[in-house]
Amino acid sequence: MNEYLKQVITAMESRFNTSLEQFREESSLIVKPAFIVPLLTALRDEFQFDMLMDVTAVDYFPQETPRFHAIYQLYSMQHNLRIQVRALLDGNAPSIDTVESIYPSANWKEREVYDLFGILFVGHSDLRRIQMPEDWVGHPLRKDYPLGYEEVQFTFNFEDIMRNKPQAKD
Amino acid sequence: MGLEQKTGNMGIVTTKLEQVVNWSRTGSMWPILFGLACCAIEMMSAQAANNDMSRFGMELNRASPRQSDLMFVAGRVSRKMAPVVRRLYDQMPAPKWVIAIGDCASCGGVFNNYAILQGVDEIIPVDIYIGGCPPRPEAIIHGVLTLHDKVRQEKLKDWA
Amino acid sequence: MTDIREVSVEELRHLVSERALTGETMLLNMGPQHPSTHGVLRLLIELDGEIVVNIIPDIGFLHTGIEKTIETKTYEKSEVMTDRQDYLNPLGNNLVYCLAVEKLAELDVPERAQAIRVILAELTRLNSHLLWLGTSGLDLAAMSVFLYTMREREFIQDIFELVSGQRMMTTYFRPGGLWRDVPEGFEKAVRNFLAIMPRRIKEYDDILRFNEIFVDRTKGIGVISAEDCLAYGLSGPVIRACGIPHDLRKKQPYSGYEQYDFDVAVEEGGDVYARYRVRLKEMTQSLRIIEQALNRLPKGPVRSNNRKYVPPPRAEIGVSMEALIHHFKLWTEGFKPPVGHVYATTESPRGELGCYMESDGSSKPYRVHMVTPSFVNLQALPLMGRGLYIADLVAIIGSIDIVLGDADR
Repeated sequence: MNEYLKQVITAMESRFNTSLEQFREESSLIVKPAFIVPLLTALRDEFQFDMLMDVTAVDYFPQETPRFHAIYQLYSMQHNLRIQVRALLDGNAPSIDTVESIYPSANWKEREVYDLFGILFVGHSDLRRIQMPEDWVGHPLRKDYPLGYEEVQFTFNFEDIMRNKPQAKD
Repeated sequence: MGLEQKTGNMGIVTTKLEQVVNWSRTGSMWPILFGLACCAIEMMSAQAANNDMSRFGMELNRASPRQSDLMFVAGRVSRKMAPVVRRLYDQMPAPKWVIAIGDCASCGGVFNNYAILQGVDEIIPVDIYIGGCPPRPEAIIHGVLTLHDKVRQEKLKDWA
Repeated sequence: MTDIREVSVEELRHLVSERALTGETMLLNMGPQHPSTHGVLRLLIELDGEIVVNIIPDIGFLHTGIEKTIETKTYEKSEVMTDRQDYLNPLGNNLVYCLAVEKLAELDVPERAQAIRVILAELTRLNSHLLWLGTSGLDLAAMSVFLYTMREREFIQDIFELVSGQRMMTTYFRPGGLWRDVPEGFEKAVRNFLAIMPRRIKEYDDILRFNEIFVDRTKGIGVISAEDCLAYGLSGPVIRACGIPHDLRKKQPYSGYEQYDFDVAVEEGGDVYARYRVRLKEMTQSLRIIEQALNRLPKGPVRSNNRKYVPPPRAEIGVSMEALIHHFKLWTEGFKPPVGHVYATTESPRGELGCYMESDGSSKPYRVHMVTPSFVNLQALPLMGRGLYIADLVAIIGSIDIVLGDADR
């Protein structure tokens, strides 16, 4: 592992009590949601991780604690390094502080996570749906949300499906 | 040596009104300038120099639905886009036709999920379906010519 | 079907200025059906006369649910989805998806496959930039460039059709290599293209650079500073036009880009004209990379020999029981990478294209998230457009080269 990255990880471990996960030469810091804002501030200001490339989430549905992982991908232009931060979120209606004030690019990314996963970002300036229509019910990328698959029409079930399929009028 | 030739020499052509109207409708069908996804790129290829759809009276794409009589639904229609597509269709003056380009617009294609309409015919009536993901420009031109055939067969009693 | 929802000013109170509430400025809707929004982008523009006060982009009109659908399909089947999200960069999307799977499963890719990947990825970049040049020229009323670039695109699409049988959505790169080796006429077709292209690029440049209207409408328009670029996480030609030589092909090389000699196109100024110069330079550099890759195209296999992930060749199935079992297992169940998560990145024509992939050890990906440059770059549109005329907005939207399929997924 890169020497500088090692230094960053040890500093974070001692200050924010993070744990480290490594897979295929990628390092992810696992952090409690309460520490996300100070952690990212420290990473940006002291360790030159100046770009937030992505915010996303993963749902581990039947499991309740932690059900969601909020994932932040950081990049340092100066050191040409990447680091991942994962915050563990409990429960069905989780919330985490917004990092919009640290990285302006988080604005839309967090809106997308809110739209598709239903994770609330506390203090976000404009938390509206971004991908789905505003009156949509549910959060599609959750594992308990159905795919919305419509059965494919074949000869044997042609009539059944034709009856239920909406038809356009002139 | 019939009456037709005699009147023809005098500059008079006898034909059916139905045929004249249908012929004039096929001659310059103006599509609405409206692309949704991947198929719109192939639609642009069909209109560009190599394939040149303007050979069939289609050189003019109108940006306003009020001035167009053909709608290409080029690409997947999402649930959020569906009301917009319907409103555009409603704004077009009759007679109007719709061509669904590609698998997504015809039947949902590979995207059988919550976000995509399983065929644009759920919200607007479609005249011609063009298969392919995306269809080649030649296929799009063939679709247009098939629509021309359809228009030529329209009956006076249906629209008058 | 939901109805079109009318948004009131009250709801957008936190986004518009005080003057909009009193009616001093006007809120104007642009899109989703508009000739110069490059797809189905909707913009709510707050206007003071003809001056743009603020822009509120509204995306999601092409939200396709690709990430959800990928979770229900096996790794090999899901790749088909990736072509269709950024439809001007289909092979680049395949590439980042394959890189993620290969990283997850620690698959090796043969040299020849890597070189062919580079050639085709660069052709895709040219293809995308050509379409960008044509359409953004069209936005600024330079009609002839559009006709020229579409003519050259046909060459590239013919090459794609030659190798894969499809003009756009090829799905030619597969985890562990390529679908199959390139056919005989491939090298000749690419060399033919390489011979034509430099002269044509000069032709486009001559048409636009000496066109006073084009230069007037692009110089000094849509300026963004380097600091804002970093804060908003922008990438690709937009950030390179601000003088930051950030190119992942150089900085974090993948697929053997470190072997090729090319320059990162950088311009100063950060305006629309600088972005145009960057893309034009990039096209020339792409041609250089293709030529080098073609000259040193190694012989050998194009698929990995790892039978747990890559199906055996047809000839082997007839003589080897083992191969038959692998073939059957791969096409009925799919392969099962180890548990873990990876993040692979490439430099797409628009910027940093990433793929976050998480596996739970089954034959279907647990979660795939595409980090798309259009989504990120579009977010900076209000920054670039404020204080300019509404007609300049058209030039700016064209210059950041958004693909709405890429932004909405």
